Amino acid sequence: MPMNQEWKPKIVAFCCNWCSYAGADLAGSSRLSYPADVKIIRIPCSCRLNPLFILRAFQRGADGVILCGCHPGDCHYSTGNYYARRRMTALFGMLSYLGIDSRRTRVEWVSAAEGAKFAETMNDFAKTIYALGENVKLEDLRCKEN
Amino acid sequence: MKKLLLSKLDEWLTTLSETQRIILPIKQTDQVNFGVYAPGAEVSLETLRTVKSAKDAFFPQVENMMNFRSEGKSISVETVPLEEEDFILIGVRGCDEKSFEILDRVFLSDPFDPFYAARRKHATIVTLACSRPDENCFCTNFGVDPTNPKGDVTSWIVDGTLYLTGNTEKGEALIASLEDANDEPVAAQQNKTREILEKLPFAHLDLNGFDGDHLMEKFSSSKWADLSEACLGCGTCTFVCPTCQCYDIRDYDTGRGVQRYRCWDSCMYSDFTLMAHGTNRPTQVERFRQRFMHKLVYFPSNNDGTYSCVGCGRCLVKCPQNLNIVKVIKALGGDRNDN
Amino acid sequence: MQRELMERIRALMDKGVADQVLAWKRGEFFYDTEPAILTKDELGEMVYDSFCGPNLSKYLIKEMPKIENKILALIKPCDSYSLNQLITEHRIDRDKVYVIGVGCKGKIDVDKIRAKGVSGITGVDENGDKITVHTLYGDTTLDRKDVLLGKCLFCKGKEHRIADETVGESEDTSEGSDRFEMVKKLEQMTPDERFSFWRKELSKCIRCNACRNVCPACSCVKCVFDNPNTGVQNKAAANEFEENLFHIIRAYHVAGRCTDCGECSRVCPQGIPLHLLNRKFISDINELYGTYQAGECAGQRHPLIDYTQEDSEPSIVHERGNNG
Repeated sequence: MPMNQEWKPKIVAFCCNWCSYAGADLAGSSRLSYPADVKIIRIPCSCRLNPLFILRAFQRGADGVILCGCHPGDCHYSTGNYYARRRMTALFGMLSYLGIDSRRTRVEWVSAAEGAKFAETMNDFAKTIYALGENVKLEDLRCKEN
Repeated sequence: MKKLLLSKLDEWLTTLSETQRIILPIKQTDQVNFGVYAPGAEVSLETLRTVKSAKDAFFPQVENMMNFRSEGKSISVETVPLEEEDFILIGVRGCDEKSFEILDRVFLSDPFDPFYAARRKHATIVTLACSRPDENCFCTNFGVDPTNPKGDVTSWIVDGTLYLTGNTEKGEALIASLEDANDEPVAAQQNKTREILEKLPFAHLDLNGFDGDHLMEKFSSSKWADLSEACLGCGTCTFVCPTCQCYDIRDYDTGRGVQRYRCWDSCMYSDFTLMAHGTNRPTQVERFRQRFMHKLVYFPSNNDGTYSCVGCGRCLVKCPQNLNIVKVIKALGGDRNDN
Repeated sequence: MQRELMERIRALMDKGVADQVLAWKRGEFFYDTEPAILTKDELGEMVYDSFCGPNLSKYLIKEMPKIENKILALIKPCDSYSLNQLITEHRIDRDKVYVIGVGCKGKIDVDKIRAKGVSGITGVDENGDKITVHTLYGDTTLDRKDVLLGKCLFCKGKEHRIADETVGESEDTSEGSDRFEMVKKLEQMTPDERFSFWRKELSKCIRCNACRNVCPACSCVKCVFDNPNTGVQNKAAANEFEENLFHIIRAYHVAGRCTDCGECSRVCPQGIPLHLLNRKFISDINELYGTYQAGECAGQRHPLIDYTQEDSEPSIVHERGNNG
C-alpha cells in the first residue's frame, strides 16, 4: 500500500439470509450509514458458516470477520443459530489461544427489523478493527502484495 | 589438517556469517534441523540425525518459481531470480552428503533444474564424520564411509575439538585461517568408529536382487500387502528422507495474479500424481510399493546401480508405526523366492 | 502377559470366534513394534510389551468391509475411548469386533530414551520403576516414568470402556497430573506470548499429515486438505498462514470427538505438542457446556452437535479476559 494512502480495514460480514441480510437492507433503505469497508456475504443460515470461511477471509486480507444471524430462538430453521453459537465460541476460543486478538471476530444477532442495530453493530465493529489495525497474525502475504 | 576448539565455534561462525550465509544444525524447541545461523542460535553439531535432512539447503520444501500478474487484459510473467549467493553448509553427515550425489543425478540431468543448480554451485559443504553411529544406521551398505565423508571440507569432533581438512580449493580457503593440527586423534577415532560400524545390526544387508533384472519379480511379490498393512499413508518417511525428490507444482491465486510454486510431494499421498482419470495407485499397498521400488529398483536400474537410499535411518526413527526400508530389504532382498 | 494373551487369542480362534486378530507384531528391534492383522499361523510374530504404544482402533475402519465373521482386537484402556467414539460415529460395527481389553502399565517412548542422550540402543530390561537400556556404548539405567509416552503421563485410568473380556493388569500412570495445566498456562500468557509460542512450534511442521492420518477421529474418506476442489488443498504449507490454517482446522474438526488419546503428539516427527490444541477445545467444552469425555461410552452426543437455549454467547471468549 502506498504510504500516503490512509489504511482502511477490510471487514467481512457473514449475514444470514433470513434476518441480518434483510436487516442490512433495512439499514440501507432507512438511509442509516455504516462503513463501506464492510463487505457482506450472504449465507443461508448462521449455521452454514464453516470455520474455513472465516480463516479464508483472513487469508484473503480481511482484518475482522463478523457473523450475523437470527436471534436465538428465531432461527428460520429452528435451531441453526444455537449450533452456530457453540461452534463459533469454540473457534474463537482457539483463535485467541493461538494469540490472535479475539476482538477481530464477533457474532451478533440482528433480526430483519433491526436496521438500526445492524448499522450500529457495523459501526462499532469497524471502529474496533480500525483501532486494532491491520491483521498481521493471520495474514497471507501472497494476497497482500502491492 | 586444521583444528578449532568447539568453544570457539560460535566465534568462528559469527565471523564467517558476516560474509556468507551459514546453514547448519540448529535446535529449536527440542528438535534439531538445518537452519540459517544467526549469532546466539543454538548450534547442535553433535546431533547425529537432524529431523529433516540437509537436502533443504538445495531443494527447499517450498519455493517460488514464477509469478503471473494480471492487469486489465494483459498478463505479465515475472521470473523469480535464482539464488546466486555463496553459502556454507556445515555439519553434513556422510549419508546426507551422499544424498547430494543422488539428487544431482535427478536435478542436474535433463531436464536441468536451474533453482537447484544455482544453490548447488554456490555452496561450500563442510561434512562431519560420525563417531557414535546409532543402532539403526546402515549407510555402509550404500558405499558411505561415515568416518571419512567427502564434501569441500571434512570435519571430525574429537574431545571438544573440531578437526578440519580441506578437500577442494574452496574448502581449503574456508579453513585457511584456522590453526594447524596433526591428524592422530582423528585417525584413532576413525578406527574406533569403524569397529562399531562393523557391529551394527544392519551393517550387512543383503541387497542382492534389487536391480532392473528382478523388477517384475519384486514388483509382483506377495509380500507388499503385509509390509504396507500398518502404513498410515502419511508423508513422514518422504519428508525426512534425504533422497526423496518428488515435488508438485502448484498455482496459488492471490486475487491479483498467480504465484507458481513447487513443494515437496509424497508418493504416500492419495493425491500424488492425481490425473484427470483419477489415480493409478488407488490403495496404500501400491503407494507403499512405489516408494520402495523407486528407491531400490527403479532408481538403480536407471542410474548405473546407484540406490536412492543412503541408509541415514531417519525413516526408521520417524515412522509413526515403525515401517521402514530395512524391513522391506529384509523381506524382499537376497536370493529369497517368495512365490 | 504376552504368553497369556497369545494363549487366549489362540483359544478364541480355536473356538471359531474369529480368525484374525488386530495386534502388534515384532519389528527389527525390541522397540519398533508394528500394528498388524495376524492369522492363527502368524500368531508367533505377535508381541505385547511396553513398546506397544500405537492406538489400534482406527485400523478397524479399514478392516470393516473385509470382515465376514468377527475380528479380535487388542485394545488398551486409553484406546477403548477411541473405539467407542468410532462405534458412535458408525465407522466400526460393534458386532464385528471381539474386543480383548489388554492390560497396560504405561508404554515407553524410545524417542524419550534417545532424548536423554542414549544412542545405539540394543536392548532393554525392565525392573519395576527402573529400566536398564543396553547400548553399543554401554548400559544406562533410567526411571521408567521419565521415558513414558507423553500420553501415559495423562493416563485416563485403568478401566476399559469397552471390552468383551480383559487380559492382564493395568495401572494408572497419571500420578494425579492435571492434563489442562499447560492449557491454563498458555491461557495466562499475553496474546503475543501465545502467538510466539505457537509460531515456534507450528513453524517446525513439515506437513507430513501423520497427526491427521493416525487420528482415530480423522476418518473422513476425503480430507479437505487432500481435495483439489476445496481451495485449501496443500501438500506443504507455503507460509505461516497455511501452517496455522492446517492446525486450526485439524484440531477444530475433531473438537468434541477427540478422546485425547495423544496419538497426534506421539507421531509428530517434529515433536509439536499438538494435543495442546485438542485439549484447549476439551477444556473450553468442559467449562462452558459441562464436563464431557468423548468415547466414555458408545452412542454419546457430543457438545458441539448439541445446544441448550441458555448457552453463553461467543463474546465470552473475549470476556474471559487476557484474550488481547
